[in-house]
Amino acid sequence: MNKNYFEIKRAGINTTFQDQGRSNLYHIGIPFSGAMDNRNFQISNKLVGNETNSPVIEFAYQGPLLKYFGDKIKCVIAGDVKFTIKKNDNDIEGNCYQSFTLENEDEIDIITTNKSVYGYLAISGEFNLEYQWSSCSINTKANIGSNNGKRIKDTQKIYISKINKNLNDKKLNYINTKIEKIRVIKGTNFNYFSDEGKSIFFDKEFVVSKLSDRMGMRLDGPKIENIIDTNIKSEGLIKGVIQVPADGKPIIMLSDHGTIGGYPKIGVVISADYDKLVQLTPGSKIKFQEVDLSSAETLFKLYDLETQNLISQI
Amino acid sequence: MIKNISNLGDAALYCDFGTEVNKEVNNKVIRYFKSIQKENIDGINNLTPSYNKLIISFDLRKKNFQTIKKLIENLNVINDDKIDNNKVKIPVCCDEKFSLDIKRLEEKLEISRDKIYEKFFNKEFFCYMTGFIAGMPFLGDLETELRAKRLETPRVKVPKGSVGLTEQFANVYSFESPGGWNIIGNTPSVIFDSSKENNPNLINPGDVVTFEQITKDQYNNYNE
Repeated sequence: MNKNYFEIKRAGINTTFQDQGRSNLYHIGIPFSGAMDNRNFQISNKLVGNETNSPVIEFAYQGPLLKYFGDKIKCVIAGDVKFTIKKNDNDIEGNCYQSFTLENEDEIDIITTNKSVYGYLAISGEFNLEYQWSSCSINTKANIGSNNGKRIKDTQKIYISKINKNLNDKKLNYINTKIEKIRVIKGTNFNYFSDEGKSIFFDKEFVVSKLSDRMGMRLDGPKIENIIDTNIKSEGLIKGVIQVPADGKPIIMLSDHGTIGGYPKIGVVISADYDKLVQLTPGSKIKFQEVDLSSAETLFKLYDLETQNLISQI
Repeated sequence: MIKNISNLGDAALYCDFGTEVNKEVNNKVIRYFKSIQKENIDGINNLTPSYNKLIISFDLRKKNFQTIKKLIENLNVINDDKIDNNKVKIPVCCDEKFSLDIKRLEEKLEISRDKIYEKFFNKEFFCYMTGFIAGMPFLGDLETELRAKRLETPRVKVPKGSVGLTEQFANVYSFESPGGWNIIGNTPSVIFDSSKENNPNLINPGDVVTFEQITKDQYNNYNE
C-alpha cells in the first residue's frame, strides 16, 4: 500500500503537515495550530480535488526538495512560491495555483516563498498520517500531531496511502496581495497604556522582527509606554492578540501560540486580516488601524465570501 | 457571577469574574467552564478558564459576539462543583545549571537562596489552571517574600522541566518554550504526555501540589 511516496532530499526551513487544526483544547494548553494561511490552504486542496480541510505540506521561506516514487499523481502549490519541477533532466518552472502531474522519479524543488512566509503543497490523494485529537497538524513546540509532532526532516520518506486518479488539471487566477495596515479591535487592557503609547500604537510604523514563527510575531518599533502594570494575572489568549511586555514591543499571537499569557493586551487583529498578517516577512513595515466590532464582523464576512468565491471558481 | 462580559477581538468573549485571585473566584470560573462544556454549543471552539477570567472562542462563520453572549447570560450553571483533588509530588533539582534566575531573585527579593528554597519546598500549592504551553500548571500561592515580577524581556527559550516563579504563582515548563518566569530549578517528571489523549496532564486544576528537592545525581538517574 505504501508504494507511493516522496523522499525528502532537503527539508527546508520549517516544513510541516497541517490541516484545519484542533479545537476545544485551550484549557489543557493546546492551541489550534493548523495551516497559518487558511485561504491558501483551502485553495490548494480544491485545486487537486480534495476536501478543503485535507492535510497538506506547509513550508516557510525555503521549502523542501522532494523526489517522488510511484504512480502518476497530481500536485499543486499555493502561495507566492518559486519552484521547479524536475522531469528526467529537464527543469520546468512551476506556476502556483496550477496543478501538475508527477511521475516516478520526478522532483519538486521549492526554492522560496518570495516576499511571503508560508506556502502549501497539496496532492490529489491522502498522505499516510497519524492523527492526534482529530488533527494531523504538527505542533513542534508540544510535539503533537503527525510525524511525532516534529518538522519534516532530510532523508525521511512521506508515504501516500491513496491517489485519486482521473483528475483534470485545474487552475486558478489569483495573486496574493500584501497588507501594510493591520486592522485591530482595542484589547481588554488598552487603558494600561499612556496616551502617548496609545497614539504610538496607532500612528507609528512597526517592523516585523526575525524572532517570528508559527507561535508569534514580534515587532520592533517605538516603545509603547505602560502606565498601570506591565503584568496582568495570566489569562487566556486567542490568535491575533497583541500583547505588550515590559520592554514596550508588541508580540502578536499566531496559530501555535501559548494558550495563556500574562502581558497586557493592547489589541486584537481582526479575523479578516489574519491570513495576510502571517504572510508578512521579517523587515516588513506595518501600521495598526482601529476598527469596531461590527465593522470587523462585516469585514470577516466579506473576506470569507471572497475565499468561498475563489474556491467555487475552481 | 460573571461581573462583566466584553469582546476580545471579533471571535471571543471575555468573561470577567473580578480582579481577585483566590480559590473561591477560581471555582466559579471552573463551574462556568464545565457548564459550557456540558452544553456542547455549536460554534464554540475553545474555552480558556484562568484565575478569574473565562475566554470563550467561537467560529465567526457560525456565531457572533451577541449570540454567544446571550447564550452565556442564560446559561444554567451547575452547582455540583466537584473537582478531583489529586495530590501530586514534583521532584526538583536546583543545581546551578537549572536555577537560571536565582541570583536575580536573591537581589530583587533581598533574601538568600537558602531561604527562597526553604519557603518554596515547604509549601502546599493549589492548581488554578493549566495552559500557556500544553500541560503547564499555574500554582498558588507563594509566600509574600517570594513574589517577583516576570523578566522584562521574556526568554526566547526556557528549558523543558524548568520550575518558575512569578508574583504569587509557581509553574513548571512542560516543554521548551518562550517565557518570562523566574527559573529556580528543573524537574525530570513528565508533565504532559500526548499519548494519553483523555488525560495528558500530570497536574489538573484543583490538584494539590508539593515540590521535593532532589540532588543532581537523583535528577540524572530519575525513573518515573
